Amino acid sequence: MTTDHRTRRNYLNANYSIWSWLFTTDHKRVGILYLLSVTFFFFIGGAAAVLFRLELMTPRGDLTLPETYNKLFTLHGIVMIFFFLVPSIPAVLGNFFLPMMIGARDVAFPRLNLASWYIFITGGLFTIWAIVTGGVDTGWTFYTPYSSTYGNTNVIAAALGVFIAGFSSILTGLNFIVTTHTMRAPGMRWFRLPLFVWAHYATGLIMVLGTPVLAVTLLLLILERALGIGIFDPALGGDPILFQHLFWFYSHPAVYIMVLPAMGVVSEIITCFARNRIFGYRFIAFSSLAIAILGFLVWGHHMFVSGQSMYAGFVFSFLSMLVAVPSAIKVFNWTATLYKGTVTWSTPMLYALGFIGLFTMGGLTGLFLATLAVDVHVHDTYFVVAHFHYIMVGGAVMGYLGGVHFWWPKMTGKLYPENWARFSAILIFFGFNLTFFPQFVLGYLGMPRRYHAYPEQFQVLNVMSSAGASILGVAYLLPLGYLIWSLRYGRRAGRNPWRATGLEWTTPSPPPTENFPDGTPIAGDAYQYSSVDDWDLVLPAPEEHPEEAAV
Amino acid sequence: MTMSVAHHFDDVEQQKHAATLGMWVFLASEVLFFGGLLAGYAVYRALYPEGFAAGSRHLDLWLGTLNTAVLLTSSLTVALSVEAIYSGNRRRAGYLLAFTIVLGIAFLTVKGFEYAHKYHEHLVPGAHFQFVDHAEGDAPPQGVELFFSCYFALTGLHAVHMVIGIGLFGVLVFELLREKGNAPSPLRIEVAGLYWHFVDVVWVFLFPLLYLIHVAE
Ligand SMILES: [Cu+2]
Repeated sequence: MTTDHRTRRNYLNANYSIWSWLFTTDHKRVGILYLLSVTFFFFIGGAAAVLFRLELMTPRGDLTLPETYNKLFTLHGIVMIFFFLVPSIPAVLGNFFLPMMIGARDVAFPRLNLASWYIFITGGLFTIWAIVTGGVDTGWTFYTPYSSTYGNTNVIAAALGVFIAGFSSILTGLNFIVTTHTMRAPGMRWFRLPLFVWAHYATGLIMVLGTPVLAVTLLLLILERALGIGIFDPALGGDPILFQHLFWFYSHPAVYIMVLPAMGVVSEIITCFARNRIFGYRFIAFSSLAIAILGFLVWGHHMFVSGQSMYAGFVFSFLSMLVAVPSAIKVFNWTATLYKGTVTWSTPMLYALGFIGLFTMGGLTGLFLATLAVDVHVHDTYFVVAHFHYIMVGGAVMGYLGGVHFWWPKMTGKLYPENWARFSAILIFFGFNLTFFPQFVLGYLGMPRRYHAYPEQFQVLNVMSSAGASILGVAYLLPLGYLIWSLRYGRRAGRNPWRATGLEWTTPSPPPTENFPDGTPIAGDAYQYSSVDDWDLVLPAPEEHPEEAAV
Repeated sequence: MTMSVAHHFDDVEQQKHAATLGMWVFLASEVLFFGGLLAGYAVYRALYPEGFAAGSRHLDLWLGTLNTAVLLTSSLTVALSVEAIYSGNRRRAGYLLAFTIVLGIAFLTVKGFEYAHKYHEHLVPGAHFQFVDHAEGDAPPQGVELFFSCYFALTGLHAVHMVIGIGLFGVLVFELLREKGNAPSPLRIEVAGLYWHFVDVVWVFLFPLLYLIHVAE
């Protein structure tokens, strides 16, 4: 490599005009468009959380009106789930890296990929419009009849926003499935695919098969409100529980849309920073598919106390326990990989370890909730809130941040400041636990979710939770700061700063538009790490010409 | 027939594989889209069999049958059009697709008449809904309005899909029958045809579920 870094063409400097971004079909640029959008939505959702955590500092409702409080947690849920968590890893890191990992020049349908971003933005604008014109107070679940007969807020606009955004998710999933099937480089057999790709393939299946059910459910809700075509209206003999069934048929698998990609990220990070081949490759690969399939069969565990039949409850309880098995298989395999490996405490590794710990906590408390009798006690309490935040924030967001740090040098060509990044990773872990662990206790003691006021005896734990939330808020702002800082002042990364395997590390950083300037790569087995000999090379040293060092 | 290969594909084979698989995956998604609604239909029909039968009796069986015939014929013309383009007969492919569009519009017109009729009979769910069934006496059986909710949601969603299909074919007919310019790639016609067949198959399920459930009694 003799090309000068400053002049080498890559996907970022190929063209600077705004139109070249708005009409790009380059999967890497689409990934960056998504990165900017989901970051925007993350901070909107986060701001709502800051407000209601402030309200919950005191037992009395003194900061917000009850209606405002309801709108705040609804806003937080809708934005964080549909506009941050669902698209985060797949649409940002998946779009960017799935084609590169399999040695392709782009996804199978680049124009659909761009279209998905526009659809996403349109859905987001509808939702924001719903918020600024009065908000929604139904909770992110849109349960009927809150959202139909008794709904007096902007349900139609918000549901329409989520409905529209759903199609962007379907297109993303479709692209992943078809790309994985048809665009693999020579030698890239299925069992050589990085586990990140397996995870995204499984996620694609859920996106394609689950999202349309949510779409049609929200469409029926919109029809009921707008045209009076009542499907869920008890006055006509309709059944609001049917809405819950249809809603959770998507929304339980949606949890795996958030978590499976994070698991894929963790597999990449663990192997790289333990300098070890993954333990049980096929088990991890197939457990992703098992999670995707079993995930469709457990939705009824959200309705143990909604008047669902007791026998259905038995079956859903059993299946919900079963779906924990493939997740546990992954955790065991990661642990075995670490055990045999030479571990470096880099930032992505800290996030990956955080993921394993917090996801395990979330998963085990999920078993409490899948147990019929225990669920009757803790249903709709803060125990549930804590449980799914351990999965979705402790799991998915940790995975997302780990992945963003892991691939940041590849995406931008720059290294982030390692010590700042480690500090924020630890701060996030600490702030997260301080925020949500007290909520397990609160829920177990009986504090129900979704109330703006509460009895005095819950105040200490609530103050702890709010204090944790403020730490967490600051800790999330830190990466925003130093990552932007690194774009200008960060050291050059070189092709492969972590000495990672995987085809995405064989191209220059940032990659050129065509991904592989030397032609289509030939794939070998995944994760060919050898243990001790190169462990000291893992953290990048200042290099004058990292390009040469990497080749 | 030559096909152009987009820059990110290696060859025609790969492109064809991707396009066809893409449409099948999309159709799998569509199955779940209609499936959610059909699940609702199934639940309510199990809860209110009399109401659903009574509602079904108010649909026009003859118009429904006519539309079924129209739609099945349109699938045939699409299949023939794909056949024609692969054997290099561009004009014939164009005319066959144009005829498909005519059949699609005929279907929607008949459906429009049915909707108008239901409106006059106060069978559209909502404030104006009023069900009078002489066979059942004056008290309408429970669930009739839900039947019509399902009817309008299912057939309406189906009609939206037909409009999209007609739009896709419109572009293809224009490209096939214009004097200048390249013919569209056969692959596009085939993939659009796949979509049309799917919409047709959905109707094959909707017709008995909506029009024929009272016949067995
Ligand atoms: Cu669930």
